[in-house]
Amino acid sequence: MGGSILGNRVLRKEDPKFLTTGGKYVDDLLDEPLLQNAAHVTYARSSVAHGRILSIDTSDAASMPGIIAVFTGADLGLEPKPSAFNPMATRTLLAMDKVRYVGEPLAIIVSETREQGEDASEAIIVDYDILESLIDVEQAMASTTLIYDACGSNVVFDTTALGVPENTGDNYFAGCEVVVKGRYINQRVAPCPLEVRGAAAAWGPDGRLTQWLSTQHAQGAPEPIAAANGVDVAQVHVKTPDVGGGFGAKIGTYPEDLLLGVVAKRVGRPVRWRETRSESMVGLGHGRAQLQYITIGGSRDGKVTHYQLHAFQDSGAWVDMGTILAPFMTRPMSSGVYAILNIECRTTSVVTNTTPTVAYRGAGRPEATAAIERAMDMFAAEIGKDAAEVRRLNLIPKFMEPHTTAIGGTYDVGNYEESLNRALEASDYAGWRKKQAERRANNASKQLGIGVSVYVEITGGVGTGESAKVEVIEDGSARIYTGTSPHGQGHDTSWSMLASEQTGIPMDKIELIWGDTDLVPVGTGTMGSRSLQQGGNAVYSVAGTLAEKAKSVAARLLEANEADIVLDKDKGIFHVAGTPAVSKTWADLAIAEKATGGLVHSDVIGVAGPTFPFGAHVGIVEVDIETGKVTHIAHYACDDAGTVLNPMLLEGQIHGGVAQGAAQALLEEVRYDDDGNPITSNLADYAFISAAEMPSVTVIHMETPTPNNLIGAKGIGESGTIGSTPALQSAVIDAVSHLGVRHIDMPTTAERVWSAIQQAC
Amino acid sequence: MIPAPFDYKRASSAAEAIALVGEYGEDAKFLAGGHSLLPLMKLRLAQPAVLVDIARITDLSYIRDAGDHIAIGALTRHMDVEKSPIVLQHVPLLANAASHVGDPQVRHRGTIGGSIAHADSASDLPATTLALGATYVVQGPNGVREIPANEFYVGFLESALAPDEMLTEIRVPKMNGATWGFQKFNRRAQDWAIVGVAAWKRGNESGVALVNMGSVPVLASSVSQAIASGASIAEAAELAASEAEPQSDLNASAEYRVHLAKVLVRRALESTNA
Repeated sequence: MGGSILGNRVLRKEDPKFLTTGGKYVDDLLDEPLLQNAAHVTYARSSVAHGRILSIDTSDAASMPGIIAVFTGADLGLEPKPSAFNPMATRTLLAMDKVRYVGEPLAIIVSETREQGEDASEAIIVDYDILESLIDVEQAMASTTLIYDACGSNVVFDTTALGVPENTGDNYFAGCEVVVKGRYINQRVAPCPLEVRGAAAAWGPDGRLTQWLSTQHAQGAPEPIAAANGVDVAQVHVKTPDVGGGFGAKIGTYPEDLLLGVVAKRVGRPVRWRETRSESMVGLGHGRAQLQYITIGGSRDGKVTHYQLHAFQDSGAWVDMGTILAPFMTRPMSSGVYAILNIECRTTSVVTNTTPTVAYRGAGRPEATAAIERAMDMFAAEIGKDAAEVRRLNLIPKFMEPHTTAIGGTYDVGNYEESLNRALEASDYAGWRKKQAERRANNASKQLGIGVSVYVEITGGVGTGESAKVEVIEDGSARIYTGTSPHGQGHDTSWSMLASEQTGIPMDKIELIWGDTDLVPVGTGTMGSRSLQQGGNAVYSVAGTLAEKAKSVAARLLEANEADIVLDKDKGIFHVAGTPAVSKTWADLAIAEKATGGLVHSDVIGVAGPTFPFGAHVGIVEVDIETGKVTHIAHYACDDAGTVLNPMLLEGQIHGGVAQGAAQALLEEVRYDDDGNPITSNLADYAFISAAEMPSVTVIHMETPTPNNLIGAKGIGESGTIGSTPALQSAVIDAVSHLGVRHIDMPTTAERVWSAIQQAC
Repeated sequence: MIPAPFDYKRASSAAEAIALVGEYGEDAKFLAGGHSLLPLMKLRLAQPAVLVDIARITDLSYIRDAGDHIAIGALTRHMDVEKSPIVLQHVPLLANAASHVGDPQVRHRGTIGGSIAHADSASDLPATTLALGATYVVQGPNGVREIPANEFYVGFLESALAPDEMLTEIRVPKMNGATWGFQKFNRRAQDWAIVGVAAWKRGNESGVALVNMGSVPVLASSVSQAIASGASIAEAAELAASEAEPQSDLNASAEYRVHLAKVLVRRALESTNA
């Protein structure tokens, strides 16, 4: 009898294809019958950050070679639609009355080739009445210029409107021996998936619209697509080819996706659209972009008793997902892993003339963690205690029943001190501190910095369960239909492991189907680290039920009692207990059931609630004191994601997460000039991290299963990003703290570090 | 990210390339490895009407020991310069600088002549050949002439090359017996330098040039003069930015660049590479 496949380092089923012939992405659908003779769509975009549109002249563009049609919002009769999060903010899918950020689409060119479309986009002449550009939240709040006149303010969402009281101010800290204040910038970053946005649309002879999308959530797309095209949602069929990364920015649909069906109908041809990298850097949603004011108070012996956070979320130029992450994701996680009994958190979301912000790997939780971790460091520095020890003093003790924090977050299970202990031990924290002391004593030109973070986050916060269907076909192979959606995570491998475990059908005889709304109509997609704990959990449950169902079929065929039937998972056969010589295969059963609807089971499996993965990171950097240059030289990550299905996939998620988290701490920042022109809109200017900037990451094992689902799994997709950023920011500051530096905003570029040293000296 | 329309011509010899460029005048550009020009074209910052592809002129890809100097064909790839035993033996500073250009993909496509002719002060090889006192051989419709590196760079992306002239060879004096250092300060491994320094020293003789410290690669003559007059390296390095007019940009303020130049010049000159 073989052991369980679960928990093993099973190689990715996906890799042979991706490493040889490559994926088939939306722009590769050249053989697709419905897309033959497809025309190309190019979006002409605003070149100014804020202005009223006086006129759009498309006549020159329309007469250029290969141009089939050019449409403005007026040509298409577009109507303003309200934001889901603030009904007073309305916009049309193409800018009509005004433009609100550089890169906002304002006209559509349909052409025979992409190149012709790009040429024509330069010939569209827009006359603007330029308005004041509002680039950051404090500027936008202070200005009388409004981005949405009907809102009456550039503040578009505030927790006070939810009934949360305003923060009480400094009086709150009246009884504290030690009070420290901080102003932190959690800067705007670009998700940068390797595959940029792309889509294609075709109207079939049956009058249905098929739309191919590079998306994380196919099932969320038909409704907005149907609305944009003025058809019933049943008339929309969304298909998802391979997707080359999303990081949250491909959860929703964009105007560029929604209008393809409209123009395909107008020109009577299918259309394709794929943005360039330069367009993607301004058109795909951005992440983070929070300004945080914190006050932390407690006793001189290191106990934190009071914490206050006011987070100002930059929504960008539209009231999109980014607007509501601060109130609903940052706020409940604002005290992190600490037992802080007095806590206040207000969030204020503000529109600016920048690319709209959306969910980005971590989506609100990294911001909460960064704020409290930075505050803990500053508190520790103020009382002159070791930052790791001050954390230990304030951790919520181990709990295996739900724990509710003072701010109102209810966590499933937690053992924070153990994760901190493991990270400190595996990293040889004491050893690094000793080396650091030596370098300080020697006045070395390269100083060591050691940063510690302890975090907890919410995963599976989106959705309350997931759909799964498993069917066995006549050759004995299986098909899994899942409502989650892979774009790099390894769903094919994981879901096949779970189904194989329940059925004994080998992994290579299991096919995964996703992202096709005709085949999988119900699904919540892949976001918020929910896939395994909800989608995988559903596959595990449904495959288990199917195996039970199959036993009743086998009982009928073997003329035996169902209770006597056993499934030999090693061989994938059913027989009466004790008499394996007479058996039925999965294929036999599938053939027998063909006439009565097939051997299939389908269900939506709920979970008891979201889960709260936690962990501790130790980041080590070397800082060149003369130049400020930071080198990330070692990283230790203890991320507890509950029961581990496949350690190799887990490590991959941590490696990638640490890379993106390190990128925010050390390198990446989306920037604009004073007029709102993006100045980081390609990968030469935007400091997208590469392998050369990364050390080897030491992954430290820890598993505390959650009771909230059958498989004990919590999310891992975002943990690396959440733990690494504060650890690394802290490490950089720690490296120069002996020179008097208390804070450096992210990214901790060489010049920022150098300037901080100059100012401290 | 899609270039404006252009015509494409391929030349099989230097003479043919020069004739083609002469035919199309200022609207034509030579295309060698393409790693400087094509990105500018994709961003539509450069919109040449004609590209004359010279990458297949195989007789301009060579590295020869020419006695007191090394002769390098303009179409020699960076990777070949980096790995060449001749360059490593006689001009190791140049091999090392070539190893810092872009990333491996760039180094397999980009050429030394393309980098120099593009005359980008932020590129590594213009400043390095300037520090080494190189001479550039250029060919035009009226024959061949030589331009010393210190007369070649005249402005931002602007060189002493006439529009119908082509850089064909780079002559780099041997630096035997010198110590040398190459300092490239950047955000990421594949980035252009925020500031770079190529320097060599033999007794009180030296050559020091700066990357990305103004619109042209900068020869830090004051540093070499100070060393010739007996100043210490640390003292001389304080003069690093005397000839420079650095700009502030996305990656660094002018003030910080001046500071970096001083630190990096000192480190380059203190280097014991030989």
